[in-house]
Amino acid sequence: MLSLRNIWVEYGEKVVLERISLDITEGSFVSIIGPSGAGKSSLLRVILGQERPTRGTITLDGAPLPRECGPDRGVVFQRYSVFPHLTVLGNVLLGLEFSASPLTARLFGSARRAAVSEAEAMLGQVGLADARDLYPAQMSGGMQQRLAIAQALIKRPRILLLDEPFGALDPGIRGDMHALITRLWREHGLTIIMVTHDIKEAFALGTRVLTLDKRRHDPHAPQRYGAGVIYDLALTRKRAPEPAEDASSITIDTKVNT
Amino acid sequence: MRWVTAQPTRRATLLLGALPLLVLALAYIVAAAARHADNAADKILPLPGAMAAAMAGLLFEPDPLSGQYLFWADTIASLGRLGLGLGIATASTLLVGVLVGSLPPLRAFLGPLVTAIAVIPPIAVLPILFIVFGLGEVAKVALIVVGVAPFMVRDVAGHIAALPREQVVKALTLGANSWGVVLRVMLPQALPRLLDGLRLSLGPAWVFLISAEAIAADVGLGYRIFLVRRYLAMDVIIPYVAWIALLAVVLDFALVFASRRLFGWAHLGAR
Repeated sequence: MLSLRNIWVEYGEKVVLERISLDITEGSFVSIIGPSGAGKSSLLRVILGQERPTRGTITLDGAPLPRECGPDRGVVFQRYSVFPHLTVLGNVLLGLEFSASPLTARLFGSARRAAVSEAEAMLGQVGLADARDLYPAQMSGGMQQRLAIAQALIKRPRILLLDEPFGALDPGIRGDMHALITRLWREHGLTIIMVTHDIKEAFALGTRVLTLDKRRHDPHAPQRYGAGVIYDLALTRKRAPEPAEDASSITIDTKVNT
Repeated sequence: MRWVTAQPTRRATLLLGALPLLVLALAYIVAAAARHADNAADKILPLPGAMAAAMAGLLFEPDPLSGQYLFWADTIASLGRLGLGLGIATASTLLVGVLVGSLPPLRAFLGPLVTAIAVIPPIAVLPILFIVFGLGEVAKVALIVVGVAPFMVRDVAGHIAALPREQVVKALTLGANSWGVVLRVMLPQALPRLLDGLRLSLGPAWVFLISAEAIAADVGLGYRIFLVRRYLAMDVIIPYVAWIALLAVVLDFALVFASRRLFGWAHLGAR
């Protein structure tokens, strides 16, 4: 679906990425790992359209990818993905409001009610149904990332890009988030590209693991050569059809009050 | 107990805060009484009774010449100028500050101009304003605007420019256009900062107002103070200064209250 042909990213003299050629199939979950400074996030920003490659082409279904960020590619960053001035519901609604009314970026009346119920359904999927009127500052890091995912998914993006989305979370919460993203990936038929520092996470979630690093190194001019894909592992191991872990970890209170 | 971690209770905080004010008032009365013991006609440190008598005339008796209640006329004139000046400054900050902060090309275009205006001491421009706008209301309001707006514009523009880049990218992936990003992401986050900037600008705005009134006016709090100075009328000047201080405190509280009421999300982190 997404194909990169001979992508180079250079900042002046410094070569960050060189000769990146990839084909990413629909429905795959690609994890990108590599040492700090190997250009993982640069590669993600290029696919996102936030940065332009100095050489090479990217095509989505054969058509050149628009060189700007757009609603076909959703993103969740490690931080600052949610808007602090909007409630949880407002954050999710925002995506629907932008596309529906370019002038006021707001919805009114029945269109708004429809959007609200769509947003509430999405919040239910990420386990934030009870938090709809909270502001991000009132929520934990894990809840904020859940919100960021819901906010991105409401646009039904073809590709979801995750830039170390769980890096700032506690290990326990991270486990819950892994279950959540796996479930959403499967239910929505998403194509996910995730940059991570955590090798275990990369292998646990991904169907394919890319390792970026420098192939060549000139000790006198370390900026001379950029990183490329040195390992490209397809994980053929079939996943268990339904992981047993998530439903209970997301439901907060299952007790029935009589 | 360590001094750096000590948390006085609510009552103790109020008491501690009131103490210096009470001491100051007491010290004044003691000093005034001592001077009056030496010279019953002393004008420099009037006793509270004399201040009350002098103010009663301005508060409750119409001026024989103009028929106005001078204290109230002064207050209304000064607050009107202050409000108009700050209102224009706020409106221009909303327009210029938000756009300059949000749109890098506009920042490159207008940034140096705003900086150039901001570094000029406003009082130095006052003669120009008097020459251009005459000695009427416009020049006084213009001085407040010129003195306050550049700071507010730069403050808001800087705040917006410093918002995480991720927010813009995220909004674009949600289908926003540039206008949508300004309207729904930048502007709402600029508003609490704007109120903060307005609060910090109250002090300078009063300075510019009183300077302008002292030089050319026929009514206003600053005008009255500088007028009665010729007669050493401390019994009017001191209550006027106290009144100005009270107005400033009330405005400050009102802005803090408005910010908490309207932009509760911006104050969540401070809890």
